[in-house]
Amino acid sequence: MSGIGAALLNSLDIGLLLFIIAVGLNIVFGVLNIINFAHGALYMLGAYLAFTLINLVGMPFWAALLLAPIGVAILAVIIDRVLLKFIYSRDVADSLLLTFAILLIINESVRVIWGSGIQVVQPPQLLSGSVELLGSSVSTYSLFVIVVGLLLLAGLWYLFNRTRVGRIMRAAALDRDMAEALCINTRMVVTGVFAFGAWLAAVGGVVAAPMRALDPGMGDKIIIESFIVVVIGGLGSFPGALLGAIILGLIHGFGGRYLPEVNLLLPFLGMALVLLFKPNGIMGKGATA
Amino acid sequence: MKTRILMGLLAVVIAGLIAVPWIASYFYIFILTEILILGLFAASFNLIFGYTGMLSFGHAAFFGIGSYATALVLIHLEWPFLACLLVSMGASALLALVIGFLSVRLNEVYFAMLTLAFGMMVFAIAYQWRSVTNGSDGLAGFTLGSFGLGLDLTLGNPAVYYHVVLAIVAIAAVVLYLICRSSFGMILKAIRQNPERVSFAGLNVRTYRLVAFVIAGAFAGLAGGLIAPFLRVASPELLHWSMSAEPVLMAILGGTGYFLGPFVGSAVFVLLETWITSFTESWMLVLGIILAMMVIFFRKGLLGTALDWWMEVKK
Repeated sequence: MSGIGAALLNSLDIGLLLFIIAVGLNIVFGVLNIINFAHGALYMLGAYLAFTLINLVGMPFWAALLLAPIGVAILAVIIDRVLLKFIYSRDVADSLLLTFAILLIINESVRVIWGSGIQVVQPPQLLSGSVELLGSSVSTYSLFVIVVGLLLLAGLWYLFNRTRVGRIMRAAALDRDMAEALCINTRMVVTGVFAFGAWLAAVGGVVAAPMRALDPGMGDKIIIESFIVVVIGGLGSFPGALLGAIILGLIHGFGGRYLPEVNLLLPFLGMALVLLFKPNGIMGKGATA
Repeated sequence: MKTRILMGLLAVVIAGLIAVPWIASYFYIFILTEILILGLFAASFNLIFGYTGMLSFGHAAFFGIGSYATALVLIHLEWPFLACLLVSMGASALLALVIGFLSVRLNEVYFAMLTLAFGMMVFAIAYQWRSVTNGSDGLAGFTLGSFGLGLDLTLGNPAVYYHVVLAIVAIAAVVLYLICRSSFGMILKAIRQNPERVSFAGLNVRTYRLVAFVIAGAFAGLAGGLIAPFLRVASPELLHWSMSAEPVLMAILGGTGYFLGPFVGSAVFVLLETWITSFTESWMLVLGIILAMMVIFFRKGLLGTALDWWMEVKK
């Protein structure tokens, strides 16, 4: 019983972390209509910035959690204003290619700046212990990740359903021309949404840093995982991102424990299964060509 | 007149390529062999991207499987090289059929994500299935025997191997070109421009896309089969998405709207890589910057931009 409880909690912390990343991908797709291949690279950048702030500058973890994502969001504004502005009016393929180029640039820059080796960030003192829960010992940090995930989930729900900013974002996602006609500066919205997506990715990166070792391949791993999440859940769907992330979390949590030899394959098999029966994802619609 | 000059230029290039082993050192023979193989890889990718309008980020899966197939057949069965290449094409085509079946019915954005994800799945399998693939080390230690067809060729000699690659790539390129020029190829082009209209005309877009994807996979497999004996190893790196990025870059670099674009792109790519990696490790960084610039400013690629300029100037 305790094994199942631990696997369940483990699934939940992986799942909620994936949700933070995948929902950013989804929000950016919803408004900008592009899939940001560099989203995982921005996540990695968040983690590495936190590493620098904590281990080299000597800031507390909490300050890094606040500052690193802001830094990444500023970079995203620059990327949007310098590079992406050229391709918004072009074919979808161009945006995929350009964000892919940005992915290559960020990945290699991380290798140059921080080296190819593995770096470690310690969790803050407050969260470094473990507690008894569901009959097994769970690290406090796992619980912290779950809490952050749930807080962001609630915050995003509130933002999109109850605030003016959220409604503007949804309006821009539904019909950009119409939003423009209603005196909404959609160019600002686009930049803001792209930066917000990057901020979410970087928050995920900082939160993930004490759980996983940092290496220059971490962004690639997470972007493939988030693709699987949005394919399972349905691209552009908010509840879909949550559902897909929880499903993938469960696959990891239980697969890693009970089927270690095919562990790496399971997420892809889950994705293939969903594609066979629900090609648009469980919650998605209108993507079949 | 202008087409004639271009045709003459092409003939000179081909004659030059045939003559290379007698006039250049081994260093250039190696570089040209790589350019030809990667050029075929990129041309197969361009059948689905440039012609059909599907951007795949997982094309290395077929390239890599092709190289593993040739390596496995050489190690366990010791068949003639030509037979290995046919096995490579068959294995890649089969894999493309499975991945394509799941991916081609969705739109461009999904297609890009799915091909990347499934490509990484193949990578994960090659990495984890140690008993067959030898894990991260890859398969090495295979030797080329006969070529097949009763031809007596010393494939171990780089100059001979270069000529074999040149001949096979040339034949494959002609076949690909004929496919692009056929009515089937015209339908692919039409699908890129307006899939809705094509389906209104009563054609099954999904089937056409799938067939194109399988053909592209088979030719990528052929290129993979050629690269394994050249590198003397079939390793998971050949399956990784950074390998999938290469044909994308080559096609963009050369020009996706031209049949020879990917070959030009491959030449520029390999020469740049050789030059840049001689003084810095960060080849990928340079690559990313070049790709971004090409996409933003020279979407027609080097070949397209050059041809446009030439047609304009020499009127």
